[in-house]
Amino acid sequence: MTGTAALAERTYQLLLSVRFWRGAVATIVFIVLWEIAARAGISRVPAPSAVVVTFNDLMRDPSYWFSWYLSTRRVFAGFLIAMLVGIPLGLAMAVSRAFYGVVFPVFEVLRPIPPLAWVPAAIIFWPTQELSIMFVTFLGAFYTIVINVIGGAQTIDLRYYQAARSMGSSGWDVFRRIILPGTVPSIVVGATVGIGIAWAVVVAAEMISGGGSAGSMGGAKGGGLGFFIWNSYVGGSYTQIVVGMISIGVAGYISSAALRKLGEMVTPWLREQ
Amino acid sequence: MTTASIPSAPVSAAAAAISRRATSGAADIEVRGVSKSYGNGRFAKTVIRDCSFVISEGKLTVMIGPSGCGKSTLIRLLAGFERPTSGTISIAGKLVTEPGRDRLVLFQESALFPWMTTYDNIMFGPRARAESGSEPRRRAEFLLDKVGLGAFRHKYPTQLSGGMQRRAELARAMINEPKVMILDEPFRGLDAMTKKLMQEYYANLYEETRRTTFFVTTDIDEAIFLADRILVMTNVPARVRAAIDVNLPRPRRLEDVIENDDANALKMNVLSLLHEEAMKSFARGSKAAGDFIDAYAKRVRTSS
Repeated sequence: MTGTAALAERTYQLLLSVRFWRGAVATIVFIVLWEIAARAGISRVPAPSAVVVTFNDLMRDPSYWFSWYLSTRRVFAGFLIAMLVGIPLGLAMAVSRAFYGVVFPVFEVLRPIPPLAWVPAAIIFWPTQELSIMFVTFLGAFYTIVINVIGGAQTIDLRYYQAARSMGSSGWDVFRRIILPGTVPSIVVGATVGIGIAWAVVVAAEMISGGGSAGSMGGAKGGGLGFFIWNSYVGGSYTQIVVGMISIGVAGYISSAALRKLGEMVTPWLREQ
Repeated sequence: MTTASIPSAPVSAAAAAISRRATSGAADIEVRGVSKSYGNGRFAKTVIRDCSFVISEGKLTVMIGPSGCGKSTLIRLLAGFERPTSGTISIAGKLVTEPGRDRLVLFQESALFPWMTTYDNIMFGPRARAESGSEPRRRAEFLLDKVGLGAFRHKYPTQLSGGMQRRAELARAMINEPKVMILDEPFRGLDAMTKKLMQEYYANLYEETRRTTFFVTTDIDEAIFLADRILVMTNVPARVRAAIDVNLPRPRRLEDVIENDDANALKMNVLSLLHEEAMKSFARGSKAAGDFIDAYAKRVRTSS
């Protein structure tokens, strides 16, 4: 079957499925109820129809898209550094008892500190606001990734090590062919959860820090989606607040879905038949 | 060994070689006075006490005993994953101190690496030892064929049935040319049909290669069908209660063994020994032993 034919087939199957229609109907009912509530004056939250109008205007506003770009960049920069630092750190803690003994207590004291509590300190420590925000998103993803890597590596079945050692494997070979692949599923879980936290954190960090100092691009100004929401609140545009909120939801959803897809690609053995 | 009465050196060497073969073959595994305890002082639990036996080269030795009698502990000692508290285990006269490819273990449940395909699992050993060239690949192909998994080479373990997983694991072990295969209740958990097929398959494989095998089971029929020699274990702490030679002709087939009078007599013998041991552990509060007694009491009654 060719790619397009397969896609068409899958779309057709989806349209036939109860699961799809249940979700679709639930979403429509939710929007309709929201519209009714807003028009009847029950809530001061703007009606969905008004939000759609605002979104239509914003689509042509480069500042809005620049905010998207800024937030995405901050999330991914922090997230990638968290992966690059967190995975080796977690693996090192899992394989070396001595290293674990030294690092883990410090790690466990720092871990309960909410990333947002780091915002003031981060602004002071880092030379630019951009770096401070990235540092906070890094923290958001970092702890989750490390904890998952340690847990994943430590719960690898003892018999795999025994079998590997019996067959003449040791040291680096055991690490590369047993510990690393055995930990990959946990890394995927940690990454998927971690990027969600990074999105939650970036918004608040942008609000607190006032949007950062990334300047403008082609005349477009924006301080990230978090700052966009805060700015809309200050400027009294309630519909923009809602657009900002939904934007973050969509961004988080896309990131997690992309990571899950990527995760499936690197763990072919977990795929269903 | 004394050579004083033998006149010339060459003859003496030959005689010594012959007499050594008679008492212990070149690749025999000797377990001498092995004990294993866990914990210290008052909380120490002795799982194996003063256990001695020989696994003869080229023979299929089956160990059978009440569940929880320390058989799996013994396997970990033989494999070198753990060291005995006292006593020695040696293979071909060399002391066992660490895991090695000369004795490979097939665990109760599949220990195939889930992240590797059948082919990569089989190639694990050669790759670990950085054996290069086409020779390991040729052997892998041969073994894939031998265990009937040629069409499943690119499948992951979860995509294989229970019986296929066992066969893949056999191939993964055999590619390393171990001197001894150690199997820890390898066919437990398979459905009755697959289990019978695997038993016949394994008997065949053994008869072809005559590779020294140590096979642990709780299934008497399996023990008699496969064994050259059965070691009946005592209740914990484990020791060898009796060693029984099984002189049924090979190649064996399941139906033949079921109908064989000698086999049935052997079975009654082993059953009564196991029954005694189970009674002892039941007296000490083991529910598993109680179930065993119930199950076998029925069989003894119906078959006698």
